[in-house]
Amino acid sequence: MKIGTMKVKTGLAEMLKGGVIMDVTDAEQARVAEEAGACAVMALERVPSDIRADGGVARMSDPEKIKEIQEAVSIPVMAKARIGHFVEAQILEALEVDYVDESEVLTPADESNHINKWKFKVPFVCGAINLGEALRRISEGAAMIRTKGEAGTGNVVEAVRHMRTITGEIRKLAGMDEDELFKAAKDLRAPCELVKWVAENGRLPVVNFSAGGLATPADAAMMMQLGAEGVFVGSGIFKSADPAARGKAIVEATTHFNDPEVLARVSAGLKDAMRGLDIKELGEENLIQHRGW
Amino acid sequence: MLIGVLALQGAFREHRRALAKAGAAAREVRLPAELEGLDALVIPGGESTTIGKLMVSYHLLESVRELAAAGLPVFGTCAGLVMLAREVVEGEQPLLGLMDIRVRRNAFGRQVRSFEADLDLPLLGKEPFHGVFIRAPWIESAGPGVEVLAEYQGHAVAARQDNLLVTAFHPELTEDLRLHRQFIGMAASLTPWR
Repeated sequence: MKIGTMKVKTGLAEMLKGGVIMDVTDAEQARVAEEAGACAVMALERVPSDIRADGGVARMSDPEKIKEIQEAVSIPVMAKARIGHFVEAQILEALEVDYVDESEVLTPADESNHINKWKFKVPFVCGAINLGEALRRISEGAAMIRTKGEAGTGNVVEAVRHMRTITGEIRKLAGMDEDELFKAAKDLRAPCELVKWVAENGRLPVVNFSAGGLATPADAAMMMQLGAEGVFVGSGIFKSADPAARGKAIVEATTHFNDPEVLARVSAGLKDAMRGLDIKELGEENLIQHRGW
Repeated sequence: MLIGVLALQGAFREHRRALAKAGAAAREVRLPAELEGLDALVIPGGESTTIGKLMVSYHLLESVRELAAAGLPVFGTCAGLVMLAREVVEGEQPLLGLMDIRVRRNAFGRQVRSFEADLDLPLLGKEPFHGVFIRAPWIESAGPGVEVLAEYQGHAVAARQDNLLVTAFHPELTEDLRLHRQFIGMAASLTPWR
């Protein structure tokens, strides 16, 4: 019997596919998310839009909160650690969370090194804005990738940019001959073997979800049509006027992402979405997608 | 032979791939109309609460229940095993309730206890079957009509009852096609089930 293998780490991500992972801050929200049909919840102290508004250092959640959430639901519970903060990750592993998100939404703890994820039994999901970043995280042991988007904005434009970038870069690799892949690996700043694998298989070696700015059922379905294998929704649900109804609609839209009739029906009468921010007005220095490298 | 794969959430693509390799055509099923003309159905791994809720909302719970009760062969892995069960040990969730088994969800523990292990599965021959268990359930108890096919640490993790086949582990995550072939053979022997 072997535990903590890459097979079981990536295997859980495979089981989450086609589903919606919802940010929750307490047990009550976790129950609403499970009832809405979430395939997992992400436990965090404040949703990204509040982190953005409040400022200050954003850290791992209080373990007590995480335990409450674990007791409240039967679906997998994920939690965020700061980039490079391997002790927060050790604590989350000791709590037996099902996935650790080494997340740019929290304030980075190390400006050069991400967590060495091979040292852990618990699997990790990491954000990426392009193929090189995704492959660097995988080489450090990430078992799942999510495109970063721009968390806490309710604006899907960055999520679209990052998904299109990654799928475009994968298509480009697939068209190269073997000799060109060495240079491609150098340009991508990614390990050669992983670059070769992607070129041969036409996809990432692990599951890739979309995150950062999704707020409507149509946003979720668009990301699925663009090649996401599932979606994370953060502020988009619990910062909306009716989280239970919106959560359920986003779950149904993620399953039926190619069926406009279903999408029209589930999008109707949802009350207000979160307000949302224009990315240009934020200014480059306030973008959190550039945290991590 | 046309086999449906319930594609509401989870590892449905891996089942399609395994079925194709084992020589059966597969169709993704998200709506009741897509059940029409199927020779068999696979319910994949995923989150059983998510799959159950979506089955209720899209009227698949009663359609699949009727078809399976009439003899449609169904193969459930992990969440699929939970969906087919008569009862789960803790909690309330929508179930098909077709198989006379009582199931404990996440029985081996949370993800850090997910594991791989070789199983004795005599139905498939001497060579062990490599089981990938992800937050897996086990069968706590089974009725007299249920044939247990494999056990791990004293708990039933694979079983068969008439037209129903279940595993607590994920054959779709390995290259071993013996269980998919077994199911295709089972479906062929039961066809035409109507």
